[in-house]
Amino acid sequence: MTYSLEFLEQLYRTIYTIRIFETECIRLYRQGLIIGYFHPYLGEEAIATGVCAALRPDDYIVSTHRGHGHCIARGGELKKMVAEVLGREAGYCRGRGGSMHIADIDTGNIGANGIVGGGIPIGVGAGLGIHVRGTDQVVAIFFSDGACNNGVFAESLNLAAIWDLPVVFVLENNQYAVSSPIEEMSRISDLYRRAEGYGVPGYLVDGNDVLAVYEKTKEAAEACRKGKGPVMIEAKTYRHGGHHVNDPGLYMPKDRLEYYKAKDPLKLAREYLTEQGECSEERLTAIEQQAQEAMEQAVEYAKNCPEPSVEGFLKEVERN
Amino acid sequence: MSEKESTSSTCDFRQLKYREALNEALREELLRDESVFVIGGGIGQRGGSYKVTVGLLDEFGPRRIIDAPISEASFTGAGVGAAITGMRPVVEILFVDFTSLIVDQIVNQAAKYRFMSGGKGRVPMVLRTQGGSGNGLAAQHSQSLEAWYYHVPGLKVVMPSTPYDAKGLLKSAIRDDDPVIFIEHKLLYLAEGPVPQDDYTIELGVADVKRRGDDVTIVAWSNMVPRTLAAAEKLAQEEIEAEVIDLRSLVPLDKQLILESVQKTEHLVIVQEAVRRGGVASDIASIVQAEAFDFLDAPIKIVAGKNTPIPFNVHLERASVPQEADIMGAVRKVLHL
Repeated sequence: MTYSLEFLEQLYRTIYTIRIFETECIRLYRQGLIIGYFHPYLGEEAIATGVCAALRPDDYIVSTHRGHGHCIARGGELKKMVAEVLGREAGYCRGRGGSMHIADIDTGNIGANGIVGGGIPIGVGAGLGIHVRGTDQVVAIFFSDGACNNGVFAESLNLAAIWDLPVVFVLENNQYAVSSPIEEMSRISDLYRRAEGYGVPGYLVDGNDVLAVYEKTKEAAEACRKGKGPVMIEAKTYRHGGHHVNDPGLYMPKDRLEYYKAKDPLKLAREYLTEQGECSEERLTAIEQQAQEAMEQAVEYAKNCPEPSVEGFLKEVERN
Repeated sequence: MSEKESTSSTCDFRQLKYREALNEALREELLRDESVFVIGGGIGQRGGSYKVTVGLLDEFGPRRIIDAPISEASFTGAGVGAAITGMRPVVEILFVDFTSLIVDQIVNQAAKYRFMSGGKGRVPMVLRTQGGSGNGLAAQHSQSLEAWYYHVPGLKVVMPSTPYDAKGLLKSAIRDDDPVIFIEHKLLYLAEGPVPQDDYTIELGVADVKRRGDDVTIVAWSNMVPRTLAAAEKLAQEEIEAEVIDLRSLVPLDKQLILESVQKTEHLVIVQEAVRRGGVASDIASIVQAEAFDFLDAPIKIVAGKNTPIPFNVHLERASVPQEADIMGAVRKVLHL
């Protein structure tokens, strides 16, 4: 497949923006400006980027606790995201949700979720709504290898299968359920094979290769739009660190981490752009600078946003 | 009928069974709004275990009357997702006991979505289920679990006791923009009562005085309402006139109506089928003692289920939940008779 330089640059811009968002937020976390749980998407950026590039604006996504990348790739606003993780009134959830609960109704992002697997049936429900309405929208559900061992994964895959729902199950296999390696949690580490048991086509792609993810999702979404029922895509990847900011990930073998860092999705996308896309170094630097500036502006904006009013909050809950 | 209930005419009433009234509510809302659909186990061809959905599949087809596998957590979650994306699903869980399987989707997802999304998201979904004892169905099919959902901010809890209330409240629940836990009672499905021919709704959070009286206020809901009314008739023969308030919805709670009645009668008995410990009755008692203490002539009395799983044996089952005699005894006690 050949791609326009513009499209390739857009993919790179998204991957780079996610990378910058996470690294900047980790810095803010270390400064004590962000509190609570913060799960970086570092190392997995190509999956959200590739999947969302293959969707239409009227489609839906369902995100996870590691959800910043999904929100950005779907077109979420950095300012509202940073404001939210800083707990400000101007944030996506008015400071009431935080990192794990960002939802963006305007971009069809049904939302992140603090419960592993909790979003899977919700995504199936978005698919069911499409089915009842009879439109040709599609839902992409992001979930993890960890969620695969939760009962709702099996139930939901079956529901989508028996009703031929337009759902792309995007299994982000980062190989750890918090700290538990997939080889110890499942007898079969290639989780896409589970799909077959439900009569659902399952595919394995390199989750660090944005174009591989994009192409497979495009194909899956087209099949969904034609009424052929759900598809599952396992995108194999690896976290660049522990489960959350305060988890050093000491259980992750060094050599394996090195192997995947050599396959860094950002690096791969950059190489592809220079080698295949013939994008100049200057152009790439300009994209990176723009993303960097956008993030700096978002942080500046968010830091100056007011905290939610306690009086206002108490007034709101009085009515409950 | 209170002023807050909307109906264009009050003349044409028919006698309908509770389950028929519920069926009418579903049918009318399915006709009125294309975003309404019904999903649950055995609700299609079979028409539901308690025959509430009879005939709907033939009229509305399998796209809107959806038979689901025994995957409660996921088809309830599917209701949540459909509701978030603009639909108005009615999810049926056969027994309230089985809602133990869907607690994450109701408590962590549906109840919190609007709040967590900063008020922008909506989950206009109804969870229809039924509970209560009295049919020898034993410990896993007879519970009264409304307190679980009463406890969780973000949910509304509705428990109708008559066909009229069942229809008007279910229609309001379907039209509501927030998740509503709608708990029917298995002993009420065959109960008959007048239901208007014309379209009407009953506002959630408005209790109903089912019997007027000046001596004592008895607050009840669901199947404890007919039982309390029967007890009240017998008490009338002893020249005790009880005012019976049917809460109809527990969340929102019509605190005002309870307080006004207590101010008049100065005595309060609360009747709940659910087990005594941690129940809704305790919460109502705490509200009344805090807000109407000076009006009370005697300590509030709670008549509730025993702190036990519901037994199978019919005599033990009966002994586990409030009976007419228990309600009458509590009233006499609160009146120092």
